[in-house]
Amino acid sequence: MMFFFEVLIGGLMSGIMYALVALGFVLIFKASGVFNFAQAAMVLFAAMFIAGMHGDWGVPYWMAIPITILLMLGLAWIIERVVLRQLVNQEPIIMFMATIGIFFAIIGFAEIIWGSRSRTLDIGIPDQPLFIGDMLFQQYDIVTAIAVAVLVVLLLIFSQRTRMGRVLRAVADDHQAAQSVGIKLNTVWVVVWFVAGIVAVVAGIVWGGALGVQPVMVDVAFKALPVLLLGGLTSIPGAIIAGLIIGSGEALAEVYLGPIIGGGIDNWFAYIIAMAFMVWRPEGLFGEKIIERI
Amino acid sequence: MTTPFLKKAAMIGLGAAIGLGSVFAAQAQASEQYLPSLVYRTGPFAPSGIGFADGFADYVTLINERDGGINGVRIRLEECETAYANDRGVECYERLKDRGNGATVVAPLSTGITYAVIPRSRRDGIVLSTMGYGRADAAYGRVLDNVFMVPTTYWSSMTATLSYIAEQEGGWDNLRGKDIVHAFHDSAYGREPLAVLRHYAEEYGFTLHEMAISPPGVEQRSVWQQIRRINPDWVSLYGWGVMNPTAIRTAASMGIPRERMIGGIYAAQDDAVLPAGSAAVGYKAVTFHGPGADYPIYEDLQRYVYDAGLAAGDGDLTGTIAYNRGLINAGYIIEAWRQAQAEFGEGRPSTREETLWAWQQLQIPESRTEELGMGGLMPPVNITCENHEGDGRVLVQQWDGENWVQLTDWIDTNRELVEPMYRESAMRYAQEEGITPRECD
Amino acid sequence: MIYRESGQFKKSYAADQAILPLRQDQVFLIGALLVAFLVIPMVASNYVMNALLLPFLIYALAAIGLNLLVGYCGQISLGTGGFMAVGAFAAWNLATRTELPMPVVFLLAGLITAGTGVLFGLPALRIKGFYLAVTTLAAQFFLIWLLQRPWFNNYSPTGVISAPEVNMFGWVVDSVTDRYYLALIILVVMALLAKNIVRSSTGRKWMAIRDMDVAAEIIGIRPMATKLKAFAVSSFFVGIAGVLWGFLYLGQLEAEAFNIYVSFDVLFMIIIGGLGSILGSILGAAFVVLVPIFLNVVPSAIGLPLSTAMISYVEIFIFGSLIIFFLIVEPHGMARLWSIIKQKLRLWPFPY
Repeated sequence: MMFFFEVLIGGLMSGIMYALVALGFVLIFKASGVFNFAQAAMVLFAAMFIAGMHGDWGVPYWMAIPITILLMLGLAWIIERVVLRQLVNQEPIIMFMATIGIFFAIIGFAEIIWGSRSRTLDIGIPDQPLFIGDMLFQQYDIVTAIAVAVLVVLLLIFSQRTRMGRVLRAVADDHQAAQSVGIKLNTVWVVVWFVAGIVAVVAGIVWGGALGVQPVMVDVAFKALPVLLLGGLTSIPGAIIAGLIIGSGEALAEVYLGPIIGGGIDNWFAYIIAMAFMVWRPEGLFGEKIIERI
Repeated sequence: MTTPFLKKAAMIGLGAAIGLGSVFAAQAQASEQYLPSLVYRTGPFAPSGIGFADGFADYVTLINERDGGINGVRIRLEECETAYANDRGVECYERLKDRGNGATVVAPLSTGITYAVIPRSRRDGIVLSTMGYGRADAAYGRVLDNVFMVPTTYWSSMTATLSYIAEQEGGWDNLRGKDIVHAFHDSAYGREPLAVLRHYAEEYGFTLHEMAISPPGVEQRSVWQQIRRINPDWVSLYGWGVMNPTAIRTAASMGIPRERMIGGIYAAQDDAVLPAGSAAVGYKAVTFHGPGADYPIYEDLQRYVYDAGLAAGDGDLTGTIAYNRGLINAGYIIEAWRQAQAEFGEGRPSTREETLWAWQQLQIPESRTEELGMGGLMPPVNITCENHEGDGRVLVQQWDGENWVQLTDWIDTNRELVEPMYRESAMRYAQEEGITPRECD
Repeated sequence: MIYRESGQFKKSYAADQAILPLRQDQVFLIGALLVAFLVIPMVASNYVMNALLLPFLIYALAAIGLNLLVGYCGQISLGTGGFMAVGAFAAWNLATRTELPMPVVFLLAGLITAGTGVLFGLPALRIKGFYLAVTTLAAQFFLIWLLQRPWFNNYSPTGVISAPEVNMFGWVVDSVTDRYYLALIILVVMALLAKNIVRSSTGRKWMAIRDMDVAAEIIGIRPMATKLKAFAVSSFFVGIAGVLWGFLYLGQLEAEAFNIYVSFDVLFMIIIGGLGSILGSILGAAFVVLVPIFLNVVPSAIGLPLSTAMISYVEIFIFGSLIIFFLIVEPHGMARLWSIIKQKLRLWPFPY
């Protein structure tokens, strides 16, 4: 039983890490209806710049991280200018494919500057096992969980309590109505991509610390996508809860189901959970109900 | 809208035409030995590929700069990026094989690419040098006469790992009742040593736990929780790419002693331990060459390559495991050409037949590795018609947080076990492919 | 002037419904086929046949398959790599475990892939758009995992398996030219098949579903049957492409090689080539196969030595940028460009 809880808690912790990446997707989808496949590339981009500036140029982390955040602003601006503005009013599926293009362009750009070797990114998050009673915890997980909690609270405050947040919600509700009351769509898009960029910086630090910074980091996207679907594309709490479900479900499946059918199943198991759920409820746990009209 | 697009398209078309034209343009420098290098400096496994490619290129540069080539025959190295993808590898092979005065030997650097180029290389008469990866059964030289597993295979290196474990436990008998975990990349690569492990588990009575980790392996908590519950005496790790550091990190966070984790030959590189940080201290791995940069060859490299500004990389990868592997792979290739020249006439590039001949009898005794400045770095080679692997010996190294420290001398491998395995598998392949095994005296 | 349709009168419905109603197009197609069948095998070097044309032909087939699903039926899929793997492994197991003749093996492999496609297409009945794109990733990851189970490669120690000899009605396909011909014949036949499917009532139903599925349902198209048919036909094409990829091109099979990035590559082909166009699929495949080689060869040829690594980074960057570029400038891809050229040629050299 003890073991069961250990696996469960480990799974929940993984789930939080997945949710961190999924959050960035949710933010952008909520405000602009774009399914941003490039979120994982933004995570890699952020991690590469932080680790690269620290490792190659000796920039301390307290400077490298703000500089990277500024870069994310620049990136958001460029994406808005070069891509989004040109594709406004295109079908969602075209926008989705455009973000696949952005995905590769960002990766290529980051590699042109930093190459594809592996770097370490250690901003000093402790990484020792911690026993509470007989239960094993990892300090890294606890720090991560706290960071995610803080991030979610900040995001919720931003979207509920600030003027910009209200603007974002207005745009998410209805583009045209928002525009007609004088909201500048372009600015909103830059802001929302920038906020997603900040989330990517946090995710980059956490995942980069866990994996080492290298191009294969973008594969965490494939872990985040089922979380995103299960949570519903528009809900921040949904992403967190779905992350917890997927993380624990996948860990328990790996431990209890894996040995029976051959192990190594966690790659696809999360997708099967999400897919099974979506057949029942296509909009995900907390997503908005899709109403179709002719 | 369409006009600039048309222009752009026309430019792309024009460029494509120029590019294709240049592919066909024949290039031939008769006095140079051409050496294609299929590298993966990008892609998911780039951290391993960069070091290898740098070492490979730097050794060739050294031979050219210090000795003026092999008996005056300079080597022209050309790299082609495969990104570890099979189709790219095939394209590279086909593109480079007839360049210069013709490729004579290729190191494909990936099992998948090796499989794809084996039939092609047989048709072309090009030697394949596959260090550890590739078809293990190519070690049985009677079937594939142009493929060389120098210096070891997964199978033989795994027998050495088990010898080391037995020695640490105070003898083979003490393995009885022990728990040994094989945590592996859930792919053919990770599963390959299982045959050897199962055999030993049966023979010596230890319990083998097979733990698959799904690639790429960015999240492994649940696997290592299971391993922790087993409370194993030893863990054999066969990861690849990002799986290795994540495994070591996760194992450390579960309190699994790193001193009792032994990586396979491709879980032995610096990119396996560096991203894991302090978690990797104490981690052991088997490797088929000496670690570090404390060899005479590095003085020459410093003088003729790095100081001359001819290094292929930034210089911070020298002495890493991947770099050393590049060095010795180039070392084997060049030694084979040297022996080909000694046999067929010095001062001219070797042909495919000559190169093949040289590989088929390649002998690099310990004394020769010392002459090359690579004593202790490069494992000696002893190729016969039947044995395309040599002795397959490996050594155990340990990560101290900064460097790999060599723990043991060369460990002998269990030839009685692996050679029949090679033979059986190779014969099955020969039958499927309709190859008649050649006679060996 | 060159592309002039005046004076070509259609005297029957059949003539009016022809795939290529204009004589110029017919001449062009026949010319292109003659070049492909007669000229190229004579002049192309071994390298061009082996490393450029073979993958191009096979990718073109996969792209046509995916385009049927994405471009015509509007069901986006990121599982192409997985389905190619299913085809390849099905064929390998059929060929090595049974005595079936090779053409039957090819056909069965395609049908098995079609069945798998239908299975993974089932969620499309409820899930739409990019939700569906992500659920097709489930197919990608699950299928690759499944095919890595040792049974599928007959417990090969390295898990990589060599493709068996391809014997088509007594024709042993071995040399490069043989393999080129076989791939070309299969591509031509299947492209023609695809072209006719999309012109038929099936194709029109697909397009109705693509353009507005609710409306299509109301006018009496059954979405379930239509979507599943698209998945089946598309997967059949992709499966055959997988067989050719393993048997003709690489000569080896390895499940991991059919990874998610293969799926992306094929998707790029149809985006760049043109969604909803058979010709576009072929052009897109040519483009995606040639660009990396072009980028690898040109800088060194014009005396701009970039390191191999830098070339790859630039290549990734350019690829991403090209996708965006095409989506912005010409969402209909190279196929649209082709028709623009034809339009210009109608008036050339006297445009008004």
